[in-house]
Amino acid sequence: MVSPAAPAPATGTAPAPAPAPAGTWSRERRTPVRSVALHLTLIAASIVSVFPVAWLVLTSLKPRTVIETASVAPVDHPTLANYAQVLGETRFLTWAANSVIVSLITAVLGVLLSATTGYAVSRFRFPGFRSVMWMLLITQMFPVAILIVPIYNLMAGLGLINQFPSLVVAYLTSTVPFCAWMMKGYFDTVPVSIDEAGRVDGLTPFGTFWRLILPLAKPGLAVAAFYSFLTAWAEVAYATAFMTGDDKYTLAVGLSQFVGQHKAEWGLLTAASVLIAIPAAAVFLLVQRHLVTGLTAGATKA
Amino acid sequence: MTADVVATRRAAPRNGARRLLSRHWYAWAMTAPVVIVTLVLVGYPLARGVYLSLTDATEATMGRTIGMNVIPSTYEFVGLRNYTAILTSAEFLGRLGWTIVWTVVCVALHVGIGLGLALLLNRPLRLRSLYRMLLVLPWAVPAFVSAFIWRYLLNGEFGVINAMLRAAGFAGVAWLDDPFWAKVSVIACNVWLGVPFMMLALLGGLQSIPRELYEAAEVDGASPWQRFRHITLPSLRPVSSTVVLLGTIWTFNQFPVIFLLTKGGPGGSTEILVTYAYRQAFEGIRNYSGSAAWGLVILALLVVLATVYKRALRRQGEAW
Repeated sequence: MVSPAAPAPATGTAPAPAPAPAGTWSRERRTPVRSVALHLTLIAASIVSVFPVAWLVLTSLKPRTVIETASVAPVDHPTLANYAQVLGETRFLTWAANSVIVSLITAVLGVLLSATTGYAVSRFRFPGFRSVMWMLLITQMFPVAILIVPIYNLMAGLGLINQFPSLVVAYLTSTVPFCAWMMKGYFDTVPVSIDEAGRVDGLTPFGTFWRLILPLAKPGLAVAAFYSFLTAWAEVAYATAFMTGDDKYTLAVGLSQFVGQHKAEWGLLTAASVLIAIPAAAVFLLVQRHLVTGLTAGATKA
Repeated sequence: MTADVVATRRAAPRNGARRLLSRHWYAWAMTAPVVIVTLVLVGYPLARGVYLSLTDATEATMGRTIGMNVIPSTYEFVGLRNYTAILTSAEFLGRLGWTIVWTVVCVALHVGIGLGLALLLNRPLRLRSLYRMLLVLPWAVPAFVSAFIWRYLLNGEFGVINAMLRAAGFAGVAWLDDPFWAKVSVIACNVWLGVPFMMLALLGGLQSIPRELYEAAEVDGASPWQRFRHITLPSLRPVSSTVVLLGTIWTFNQFPVIFLLTKGGPGGSTEILVTYAYRQAFEGIRNYSGSAAWGLVILALLVVLATVYKRALRRQGEAW
């Protein structure tokens, strides 16, 4: 009962009658001064957290001439020119499509390959269990620096540099162990009694997994897929090294073209950033509760 | 008689193996996809990386195909020369020192600030879900976008942070062009990025602590500090130990922030081990063997770290 996922049934439903006594040790006793201090601290933290993003949005609406002055006015000659230029005169949409393709394939393959493993390490203690757990943990720690050169050389040998499959393969090296790890955490929260009931009814372990557990674990699969998607979506090192033609760039690589060595198109950069960040943030905020659960649950339950 | 004994003796292990197989074959079958994928996609490149790190392969000596012409590889086996060169170089100690400072400072601030905010958010409070959403925002924005945002905010000429400093009557700071301030900048950016995850994870941990513990402690006359010290911190340990390990690994390997914010500059002052190894492999004359050796040294450091950490946890009776 240590993972954030598990407590939901334990404490989340039980406290319905609890708030009355619980209130006595915080809100009622808090003096107005402390209450103000609490809110001021949280407001200050929220400003720090929101300001960079808010400033990004404001900047993207300024004309280029204003962006490149040290103006602190939040709004100055608002215009959508930067957006028009990003969408009309750059390959932004191509890069976005590339990013979506690569990330989607990575996510789907990652989940397909790792679902049964997550279940096995959640339910069974078998010879090799600890080795598998260690493998999952250690491959997640691999620094990009270690695999990038060999994978690059292999892909160059196969003629796959500047092709999407090379990126997908590179991303699978981290998302497959990671998904398995995350899904173990999710399967841990599915009661074992369901497995036992299936076994009593004569299902094989595979049948139990396929017919009983998998349908229950759909949210967990979705979260693992989403996390793989995000990993691939935001990856910089492999994409920079592998994608050499600007029709194959992903967003992370494409964006750095706007602020290269010799020129800095801050207007294009900020507008493109907003176009990437707003949908990403919206989806993210919807599912973030599940993300944290998945990340911490795997390791905290033996 | 003796033949019988021999026969049963020989049969025993075979029976054991068969029993193991019949009992565990489905578990093995279920883990097979990940094991195979890992061996092929990670194991093989890793083995090749180990081999490359023992050679003098560079862009110039690596075999390649240009049009119809196949140029064979000319690199040679050089034993541990790459490793001795790295471990005895001033570059390595310098990068390692800064990487450790970077990791420790970032993770300490992540956990400290994250725990502080989680404690505040764990109280009954008006507007709690609004605060929570605003505070999570930095995690919701993709890291590469955030790195670019910070590069603009910290721009020496027209960045808004310098503009505000000047408006308040201070001199601007060369955030990204001065070695010291560049280090402060990358840490600030990474702390901003990493706090939300810690905050949410620790908040989840806090919410799973049974209220009764606090009520009992209060009846016994424990002060708020004592309740924090003897109930909150020990109850958080399963969650905090995991997120500290994850956070350490992520920060140690944090590529996008450094690479996109300062490119490791000015003059290599913000270069951590990972970005240094990357630039060896993909900038200038590509030094494949040197980079592979750097990668393995980094991996060795991380494995040692994780082992020590896991062992410390197991001594406290946790984890596997």
